Amino acid sequence: MSLAYYPGCTLKTRARNLEEPAVASMEALGFKLDEVPRWNCCGAVYSLADDDLIHQVAPVRNLIRVKKQGKNELVTLCAFCLNTLKRANLLMRQDVAKRDTLNAFIDEGIDYSGEVKVVHLLEVLRDEVGWAALSQKVKLPLRGLKIAPYYGCTLLRPREIAIDNVENPTILGEFLKALGASPVDFPESTRCCGSYQVVSSPGDIAEYTRPILNSALKNGAEAMVLTCPLCDYNLGRGQKELAKKQSGFREMPLLYFTQLLALALGLGPQVCHFELNHGSPESLLKEKHLLSQVESFQPIGGQK
Amino acid sequence: MTKQVPVTISPKRLRREFVKKVKELSGQNLQLCYQCGMCTGNCPAAANMDISPRRIIEMARLGLEEEIADSKTVWICASCLACAVNCPRGFDLAKVMEAIRLLTLRKNIDHVRPEDIPPQERCDLPQIAMVSGLRKFTG
Ligand code: SF4
Ligand code: SF4
Ligand code: SF4
Ligand code: SF4
Repeated sequence: MSLAYYPGCTLKTRARNLEEPAVASMEALGFKLDEVPRWNCCGAVYSLADDDLIHQVAPVRNLIRVKKQGKNELVTLCAFCLNTLKRANLLMRQDVAKRDTLNAFIDEGIDYSGEVKVVHLLEVLRDEVGWAALSQKVKLPLRGLKIAPYYGCTLLRPREIAIDNVENPTILGEFLKALGASPVDFPESTRCCGSYQVVSSPGDIAEYTRPILNSALKNGAEAMVLTCPLCDYNLGRGQKELAKKQSGFREMPLLYFTQLLALALGLGPQVCHFELNHGSPESLLKEKHLLSQVESFQPIGGQK
Repeated sequence: MTKQVPVTISPKRLRREFVKKVKELSGQNLQLCYQCGMCTGNCPAAANMDISPRRIIEMARLGLEEEIADSKTVWICASCLACAVNCPRGFDLAKVMEAIRLLTLRKNIDHVRPEDIPPQERCDLPQIAMVSGLRKFTG
């Protein structure tokens, strides 16, 4: 089965370790992630101002291309993309006047009124594959791996676009269980990592990430699972700084959910691109016998 | 964290104009807020703000434009929506923060200039950071 798929810019460069294991895993599960033709960057953040239609053009144009592709569902991997595309889609469904203005301006030859359903890959795994069916496909159960599921903001807020219960999300925990891993609940799993503040106040990122990382560690996590390249960057940068500042602070591997999926499906470490991770998972995966002793990958250097 | 704000009373007409613009851009009814402080309590950035999110609303509805412009609060907001999902009045404070940012950015006054980001940072930051940061901090 083929699914329309929107990668977004970061997944083609710095976050190939989010995309490539996803494409390979979905293939192993019988789905082809079919990239939207001529997609453009969605703009990353949804415009919050009522009169700002120009910034809706980028996400809406992507949605129109999905319709032209003949699909009625669009799969995203990056939590930011999901948020921006899903909110723009909601606008096209709900606001007739803005919809007309945008359709007239974009001029793609067809009109669009929000008919595409925007989903996150986790929802495909939950609703179309199913946790039970997924766990049956697991070849290398991630047994003994204690992982903190970190949601961040954009999968869950605002309420209208949440992929799960806003206050008590379980989707990542259930995903981990299906792979044989042990999810570690921690109270700060939906707290913001600082987001784009890293551009204007890079010095504050360690403080944004401190409560998140400390809470996961305190609850016994050995690694953290993520869905967003910005979370990955901020948490990676934050924990490097905290390791210098806070005595006894331990850095932990940060992994994308798609890397764990590919690993559990037995697709091997190459497709996971662990060398792009912030905080190498190599020794942890070896300790848990999820990686053979001879395999090794060079983590990216110079990350602060 | 909290700073005392000396209130200068600008002409009533200007204050009314400011309140009107914030309402228009945010689409929020400022009178809905009953100042319970749930937003501040849930804000991950409140500790870095000189004026708390709750007080920004009160000041916005009083039309205290200069005082708000002097504060760094709206530039510290990460649009994480923790305030919005926890507000018992269904008020979307993140939209008010955005409206106030835009009132500055639309005067062509950028909060971050790309050329001021050190070259090493520019190489290091992933696109998702650059795109979102420049969308939020430039006009
Ligand atoms: S959210 Fe980001 S990475 Fe995702 S497409 Fe938009 S800007 Fe690019
Ligand atoms: S980058 Fe921060 S702002 Fe984003 S989703 Fe992740 S936690 Fe939220
Ligand atoms: S939580 Fe809502 S009602 Fe309470 S102070 Fe904040 S905006 Fe006002
Ligand atoms: S959106 Fe802004 S004000 Fe609201 S909780 Fe997040 S950082 Fe604080």
